[in-house]
Amino acid sequence: MTAMAGAGTAARRRRRARALTYLAAVLLSLFVLVPIYFITVTAFTPREVSYDFPKPFIPGTVSAETVRFFADSTGVLAALWRSVVVAAMTLVLSTLLGAPAGYALARFAFRGKAAFRLLILSTRAFPIVILSIPLAVTFITWGISDTTYAVALMHTGLALPFTVLITSSIFVSVPKDLEEAARTLGCTPLGAFVKVVLPLALPGLAAAAIFTFVLSWNEVFAAVILTLRQRTLPALVLAALNTSPLPFRFAAAWFMLAPSLVVIFVIRRYLLGLWGRVAR
Amino acid sequence: MATGTATAARTAAPRRRLGWAPYALLAPSLVYLAVFFAMPMVNAFGLAFQGDAGGYSLEPIRRMLDDERFTQALTTTLLLVVVVVPIQFVVAMGMALVVNARLKGTDLWLYIFALPLGVSELAAGIVWFSIFTEQGWLNSLLTQVGVLERPFIFLDYQRPALLLLTIVAAEAWRATSIIMIILVAGLQGIPRDYLEAADVFGATAWQRVRHVILPLLRPSIRVALILRTILAFQAFATVIALAGSAAYVLAGEAYRWYWDIRDPRVAAAYASLILLLSVASTVLFLVLLPTHEEQLT
Repeated sequence: MTAMAGAGTAARRRRRARALTYLAAVLLSLFVLVPIYFITVTAFTPREVSYDFPKPFIPGTVSAETVRFFADSTGVLAALWRSVVVAAMTLVLSTLLGAPAGYALARFAFRGKAAFRLLILSTRAFPIVILSIPLAVTFITWGISDTTYAVALMHTGLALPFTVLITSSIFVSVPKDLEEAARTLGCTPLGAFVKVVLPLALPGLAAAAIFTFVLSWNEVFAAVILTLRQRTLPALVLAALNTSPLPFRFAAAWFMLAPSLVVIFVIRRYLLGLWGRVAR
Repeated sequence: MATGTATAARTAAPRRRLGWAPYALLAPSLVYLAVFFAMPMVNAFGLAFQGDAGGYSLEPIRRMLDDERFTQALTTTLLLVVVVVPIQFVVAMGMALVVNARLKGTDLWLYIFALPLGVSELAAGIVWFSIFTEQGWLNSLLTQVGVLERPFIFLDYQRPALLLLTIVAAEAWRATSIIMIILVAGLQGIPRDYLEAADVFGATAWQRVRHVILPLLRPSIRVALILRTILAFQAFATVIALAGSAAYVLAGEAYRWYWDIRDPRVAAAYASLILLLSVASTVLFLVLLPTHEEQLT
């Protein structure tokens, strides 16, 4: 193929490439969507269908029976509530602790800044979840083992480096000039932050917080190590997994999956910002 | 930086007084990470080398190495990492290029590809269990199309290679989006002129990827590979959901030693091993994929 190829060939080639790209887009989307469709169908057909073979690709009857069976099972609602509590505590703690550091990284030049950044970045080289085993031993001596607090403390450790990096990139994107203008007009540093920076950073901060919530909502290894009776939903499902009936498992999977799909939809505009900037 | 002299005079004094401010802002997260990150990391090794009567001992390590499941857990974990990371990289690269091709509805494609980002390990494991189980969706499809006469047992402990592949499928489905997002963000940083220049010189799509995109994308690729590899070393819930007790991985063994055998020291030995493997793989990526501005990013 030479650079001198006629304009017609080039156009044809570009059209073909375009068509192939659409084909790839469709195939890759099917890879993502079809499993979600399957689990949704399983969760919303009557319980017996879980055992049917071959399974109907288009469901005959839609029913909430399977989902209700799961929700009515012992401990599920309590675990669901604990999951929400743990995720909320994680969100609040990691934002309160991490956002100030993110702001410092974004706005101040100070000695040790590079070192701190490197420290936060290097936490990525460590499998943080695995640290729950020594932490579980520590929590026993502190007397808070098997509590939602213990899980939330662990999850905050997990989320904190991300919160610091994400919030720092959000604060960087708020123009410094505006903040300085507020300062020259007589605002205190705190006043400038509250009145000018915070409103502008809020949507991004909210997206980051929501992502932290999902991180905690989904986390299972630390949760199942740190708790026995006070289990979160994933921990409860995991511990009972190989002894529970099929409809229970399928409904559980749908329950854990559904909120995340909504969340990804809500924060879709921020996904690239959140993850892309963290990668820099 | 450069503010007018009048403003500089006004703000210089408060700024100097606020020299401690950044440190005060960093302190909470530093303290937190010291207590909930650095300390447990040290403690993990402490526990892994603790004898029955306290004090230093190689007993937990010996127990881990002597465990009949140890070799399989280690090889399965390593195999999983070696198989799943390249597959995911290729799929994620495909997704990223599709998003970057600016088709109609770019946002929609990005959203669809990003969906699994919010899906937990456990949910993904069960979803793929519903596909691969004997009376599952894959067998339903294959028998209805007529490829199979009766259901094939995919999740069979006697076929460990096949079992591993089902885990690979679930892991690839779940965690490709995070690589994709990082690559898309990286691709957006590549000036479009470069790609258009390649076009003008008649580069094929493959040549464009090979000679323009991949070299420029190297920092993002490195971060994505490091993140994903570390996640893969911790694979846990997908394995339990798909294989039950028919396949062992390191994180699963840590869990078993903690709750079933109730020896946190051996569990900590497994945790330490995963830690070492993760750090080693990070160093390997940093060495194999150096970037021009050699920062740890």
